[in-house]
Amino acid sequence: MANERINKIEVPEDRFEMRLSGSGGQGMILGAVIMAEAIGSTGEKNTVQTQSYGPEARGGASKADVVVSSNEIFYPKAMKFDLLLAMTQEALDAYYPDLKENGILIVDDTLVTKVPTDKHYGLPFTQLAREEAGHVMVANVIALAAIAELTGIVSREALTETVLGRAPRGTEEKNKKALEIGFREAAKLKK
Amino acid sequence: MAQKKRVLMLGNLACVHGAIYAGMRFYAGYPITPSTEIAEGCARELPRIGGRFIQMEDEIGSIAAVVGASIAGLKAMTATSGPGYSLMVENIGYAYMTETPCVIVNVQRGGPSTGLPTKVSQSDTMQARWGPHGDFTAITVAPSTISDTVSETIRAFNLAERFRTPVTVLLDEVMGHMREIITLPEPGEIEVLERVRPTCPPEEFVPFERTPNLVTPMPRYGDGYRYIVTGLTHDQMGFTTNKPEEITPKLDKLRNKIENYKEEIIKLRVEMMEDAEIAFVSYGSVSRTAFQAIDIARKAGVKVGGVQLYTIWPFPDKELAELCNRCNKVIVAELNMGQIVNEVRRVLPPDVSIHSLRRYDGEILTPMQLLEKLEEVL
Repeated sequence: MANERINKIEVPEDRFEMRLSGSGGQGMILGAVIMAEAIGSTGEKNTVQTQSYGPEARGGASKADVVVSSNEIFYPKAMKFDLLLAMTQEALDAYYPDLKENGILIVDDTLVTKVPTDKHYGLPFTQLAREEAGHVMVANVIALAAIAELTGIVSREALTETVLGRAPRGTEEKNKKALEIGFREAAKLKK
Repeated sequence: MAQKKRVLMLGNLACVHGAIYAGMRFYAGYPITPSTEIAEGCARELPRIGGRFIQMEDEIGSIAAVVGASIAGLKAMTATSGPGYSLMVENIGYAYMTETPCVIVNVQRGGPSTGLPTKVSQSDTMQARWGPHGDFTAITVAPSTISDTVSETIRAFNLAERFRTPVTVLLDEVMGHMREIITLPEPGEIEVLERVRPTCPPEEFVPFERTPNLVTPMPRYGDGYRYIVTGLTHDQMGFTTNKPEEITPKLDKLRNKIENYKEEIIKLRVEMMEDAEIAFVSYGSVSRTAFQAIDIARKAGVKVGGVQLYTIWPFPDKELAELCNRCNKVIVAELNMGQIVNEVRRVLPPDVSIHSLRRYDGEILTPMQLLEKLEEVL
């Protein structure tokens, strides 16, 4: 009897679980670090950030998790995602099955062509980074801005402060631009 | 009072923060994944506060330098992973025999040998107890949160100084590379113990005197208190001895200075054990999985509780037996082929059925795996 009850248990509701995924070099781990810091250092909520740590620095699949909760966070990794960011088709195919039924899916339209659901947000992060922000490397920052705008999990101000606090000297303007693009494009999707 | 600053901190850097808070001013090490950020952090921070960082030629040299620095009077630490710890064990044994306080951090990865550099494991749990040859009692602590990593590293230094002994901090790859929001302790918020130094005139100094609590005041080398530091079995004056009547008391000192004060050392986290019929016993990163599984199972009405071992060595024989005496079943979850489970079997009454949940594929145990095991044994 107890056994059947355990099987039906869902991931606790007090957890908001994010997975940021793409390929090595797209800045998914840094993106998760920024998100965890922006949410946790400015608000009341606890955050934990983990990643698959391995030699996949360039090219291979890369993923990083952020768990957010008002309570103590026990298990540090994401179990069922409330939000999945997929920057590549490979990442989407690998992690989509663990997206919650009402979870938010955000994909990079530039690189993802086949999405198994209509319920998703698509933005060409890589293309926007390259063509409008001036460097492909800030695609992750555009994506973070879009996550903030679409979920409200962190304020524009807190995210901006954290991104600029971590940006290497000389890249502030590019990052500011990237944030603006992300906020703007995501706001359009909300309408 | 101003609200404390909340910072996102990496596990390995929390260890550095705790060490500096505790007064560490000397670090010698040889970088190895997944502990490297500890060496990086010490290299960055120690010169700023008048401390010393040395990257040594290898792990053998690293622990040798740490022992030397401690004898000279500094609080000293090294950090490594399993392969490096294996190289260090001879000189860790020397630190036990010479009763030299120091802290050794092992950020565990898969083994044996070079094993799995980037994958998590808890397979050095027994090595922390029995690494060096010979008889001695070891102290080992294992945090499971980033905040704990700061406070347990401070505690490790305090225990090392209090008992004049090496203390091992067992982290693992998940702990080392996880980031978590924490508030850092203010100066003075956590007690920091200092080494007891001799107050007698140097000519009356007995370097390994069997004091009432068996911990001998320790001078700084160069302060005029002359004594011999040797790995050979020695008498109270520090001189090498083969006399049976000196050998036994020396070994008893190494054991009893710790065993007689276990209550000061044992630290556990106990959750939901009041009415628990079944208990998870765990340590390190797996405790996070265990508390998650307990939280989920409790909501389903299962009377399950958990005990986390912050102190792994000396093993909490009495405490664990008392906590689990009302349980019918205990599940020991660990990232190895079953190391602590045998200690649990040793201390619990024979009518408690003990189950072992092991994982050793380089990944952390998940709440679902614990819940499945719970279902299986219920």
